[in-house]
Amino acid sequence: MDLNKKTSLQRVLTTLGHKEPDRVPLFLLVTLHGAKELGLSIKDYFSKAENVVEGQLRLRARYRHDCIYNFFYAPLEVEAWGGEVIYCDDGPPNSGAPFIQNFQDIKNLEPPGVDTSPCLGKVLKSAQMLKEKIGDDVPIIGVVMSPFSLPVMQMGFEKYIELMYERPDLFDCLMRVNEAFCVNWANAQLKAGATAICYFDPVSSTTVTTREMYLKTGFEIAKRTIARINGPTATHLASGRCLPIIGDLAQTGTAIVGVSRQEDLEELKNRCQNTLTILGNLNGIEMRRWSPATTEMEVKKAIAGAGIGGGFILSDNHGEIPWQVSDEVLMGVSEAVRKWGQYPLHWVNEEK
Amino acid sequence: MNKIANNFMQALLSVDRLSAKQLLDDHTRKNTPIKSIEEVVVPALERIGDDWEKGKLALSQVYMSGRICEELVEELLPPGDPDRKDQPRIAICVLSDHHKLGKIIVYSFLRASGFELKDYDTIEVDELVDRVKIDKIEILLISVLMLSSALKIKKVTENLANTDHAPKIIVGGAPFRFDDCLWQDVSAYAMCKSASDAVSIIHDTMGGV
Repeated sequence: MDLNKKTSLQRVLTTLGHKEPDRVPLFLLVTLHGAKELGLSIKDYFSKAENVVEGQLRLRARYRHDCIYNFFYAPLEVEAWGGEVIYCDDGPPNSGAPFIQNFQDIKNLEPPGVDTSPCLGKVLKSAQMLKEKIGDDVPIIGVVMSPFSLPVMQMGFEKYIELMYERPDLFDCLMRVNEAFCVNWANAQLKAGATAICYFDPVSSTTVTTREMYLKTGFEIAKRTIARINGPTATHLASGRCLPIIGDLAQTGTAIVGVSRQEDLEELKNRCQNTLTILGNLNGIEMRRWSPATTEMEVKKAIAGAGIGGGFILSDNHGEIPWQVSDEVLMGVSEAVRKWGQYPLHWVNEEK
Repeated sequence: MNKIANNFMQALLSVDRLSAKQLLDDHTRKNTPIKSIEEVVVPALERIGDDWEKGKLALSQVYMSGRICEELVEELLPPGDPDRKDQPRIAICVLSDHHKLGKIIVYSFLRASGFELKDYDTIEVDELVDRVKIDKIEILLISVLMLSSALKIKKVTENLANTDHAPKIIVGGAPFRFDDCLWQDVSAYAMCKSASDAVSIIHDTMGGV
């Protein structure tokens, strides 16, 4: 037995402390691939906690990455609020027509009960089962949509932008309801077995809102919400840009930021030094057509950009690997991080 | 960009409808409506689209700017105005998705640039192919959010390729912004990285339609 070999959790905690572990941790955020593993349709796969547990365990055994991703699908939360989920054969379930049809509906909005919602219950059950099987060796990542970003699915993006600009009173009302739900949902997942919570907040990205608006809205909301979540959080901007707000993000209390392919990883790392750990930034969309050589080169490039000194977890830039990405590419990522991600990363300076 | 277009753009970015309207009205007093659109609205929207693509502006600003311009141009150049008549038949849609922001922004930018177009809203492949044939559409704009929806565009292009009036298909949306080759994989005519790209691509293609 190799006594120096770290568990995935130890590896991740070391990098979160901005120190170099044995190698760069890899978060392969695979969700839909579990259905492929089990030979099930995507709809059937997500119908039972047991399927997701089995899928996640098999995927981790295959790709040897450093987390379990207890994420079902993005519209799960709006499903709990009474919204529609649309399944397809080759992609993530998507939200249907928004359930907030006009601004006045916000006044009567009540958050769903976390303990009584069947769809949320599936996720809590899988978190509990995964914790029983995995223990403390591997971080189990739970997911919440931020109160600030959930309205994109609750009311539609365009109506939500209008609400932000034109009805600040109702915007505040919606945020109060969403914050209460988000905190309850995150804490229920942590209680069930999740190690940390990924706080998906793409609307806070400067791709979507200006820094000026963010400081008045998403920033304050994140500070209030994250402070009430009883565990560590990672803020993910789902491929949106964040450089102009990187210092602000660090002040929200989050430990990790999921960064975009559209920004320079080295610059992001320099700006985050000893404050935030960077998660990213492989291009999941392009990944479906990567050759073995491209796969290795992209992994090398990311590690060279942000690996030195720790504070870096290799992952995709969106927070979910598309269904179309092949087993060969995912295996290639796993092998490349083992080949090029062993600390110390002397080759990075040698190749510069 | 000329000074008035720049001032107009600043008003849009501040979501200042009154100032934007005042600037456009002032220009229209000395010019035809179509000239005001070409000299003030289109350059401002072009710059806004480009600056968003470069990461200098936020999508919320792009959306609000497009919406304000669409309202202003609607007053200036109502539907059916003779200045709108020499245009290709254009349609826009979101394929297999209820997330419509991208489509709405492109629709606003095109209307604000003086174009008339049909809005098919959210639609699936078979119905889209049928409607394009019935309406004899010459330029079809397809917006998507998900990679799986983007890949479905290939079925649309294949189904329309051998028809009498095969439209030029212009695609846009998040998956295309993260993969420069994807538009070619689905056999599209062109890809827009921002809403203003749609305006310039249509202008460029009008000679060949």
